[in-house]
Amino acid sequence: MEFIYWILIILGVIILYIIVAYNSLIVLRTRISNAWSQIDVQLKRRYDLIPNLISTVKGYVKHEKTVLNELTKARSNLIKGSMESKARASNQITDALKSVFAVAENYPQLKANENFKLLQEELSGTESKIAYARQFYNDSVMSFNIKVQRFPTSIIANAFNFKEKEFFKAEGKEKENIKVEF
Amino acid sequence: MYSQIESNKRNSIFLFVLFLIFIGVIVYIVNLLFFQGYMFIIVAAIIAIIFSLISYYSGDKIVLSMTKAKEANKKDHAYLINAVEGLAIAAGIPKPNVYVIPGQQINAFATGRNPKTSSVAVTEGCLQKLNRQELEGVLAHEMSHIKNYDIRVMMLASVLVGIIIFLTEIMLRSFLWGGLKGNDRQQGGGLQLVLIIIGVVLLILAPIIAQMIKFAISRKREYLADASGAMLTRYPKGLADALKKIKSDSSELRTASNATAHLFIANPFKKKQWLAGLFQTHPDVDLRIKKLESM
Repeated sequence: MEFIYWILIILGVIILYIIVAYNSLIVLRTRISNAWSQIDVQLKRRYDLIPNLISTVKGYVKHEKTVLNELTKARSNLIKGSMESKARASNQITDALKSVFAVAENYPQLKANENFKLLQEELSGTESKIAYARQFYNDSVMSFNIKVQRFPTSIIANAFNFKEKEFFKAEGKEKENIKVEF
Repeated sequence: MYSQIESNKRNSIFLFVLFLIFIGVIVYIVNLLFFQGYMFIIVAAIIAIIFSLISYYSGDKIVLSMTKAKEANKKDHAYLINAVEGLAIAAGIPKPNVYVIPGQQINAFATGRNPKTSSVAVTEGCLQKLNRQELEGVLAHEMSHIKNYDIRVMMLASVLVGIIIFLTEIMLRSFLWGGLKGNDRQQGGGLQLVLIIIGVVLLILAPIIAQMIKFAISRKREYLADASGAMLTRYPKGLADALKKIKSDSSELRTASNATAHLFIANPFKKKQWLAGLFQTHPDVDLRIKKLESM
């Protein structure tokens, strides 16, 4: 009889562990989708701000219209798609914005424009929010992936079909590109 | 980092229990020595509970109004608000309310009970004297206080220290009044006198010990917030540079007081205080800079 009690206790502990491990995986996975929607919100915000920037800059800039075209093109690439294509399009926009602001340096009147100043602050604010959202996303993915791979949670992850998630990649180029030279 | 939060939530409970025992012991000993009736203690306890509930739930507002902080608006402080929003995303917490404190000193603090009801306040000096990276470093430090539930620990500690000061004050006063009126116990002899002296000494020391516990907690949290702030910005040099500027900054912060000093990122009082070590609310700035630079 005593033997049966022991088995029941061990079984109970195992079931308890499965519940705890399963829930922790769920929590982490929810955090990832939450983090992803944060990125999406900021990408959308930047997407909406860009036309305002273009229409403001257009009136002042004479020779360097190509940078504006680049920006328009990069913006149109940011359509609904896989994470990888979004990441690539986002990096393109970041680069295009940098060259627009670099060009703007040559136009004192544009730089003095209130609307332009406001947009510049908003866009660089959004830019850093995207970077932070990506950081939070990647951190969340990392802790989730570790949990999925590491024994013994890996058994539960396998049993309930928790798959490793993809990172939101920033290209190496973007990180070096901090110094803008004129 | 998330285990840090768990341990901080546990610490809150531990702290609370510790203080409760502390208060209980004081009340018990003092009661044993000086008073016969329990009515007085019960009344004092009820007042203390009401007082502490009010200060726990409106502590953040009290602190903000004590420092004359004004809510930042998007028009005048677009950059500040953007930076806080960005760091809130990085920390995975809701955006706290943002306040600006008048004054030229570079300083900042965070307050609240949990991330949902939290506030960050920075001085005008912060906005004028720090560059982008430095301001983000300071803000990240404050956001870490919020994310790690340090704000709750500190709020609890302040409230509990407040209760101890309140109770001991009442008891000391009523003892002195009672002593003046005179009672039967005065004929108790030498042992009685010794016990009374011990009781009085205890009453005088208790608030000081309570303050020291609070400061010790505050000092420990500062290092942790520096480290997890650096995790948010991924740029420890920003906060290190800001701390250097804070160190060489000689402006005063008139709105800071002893009651709010422990909340700030750096000690708002520039002068060295008596028994500096034990009563220091913040660890040595040089040491913090060194730790940040070695990350």
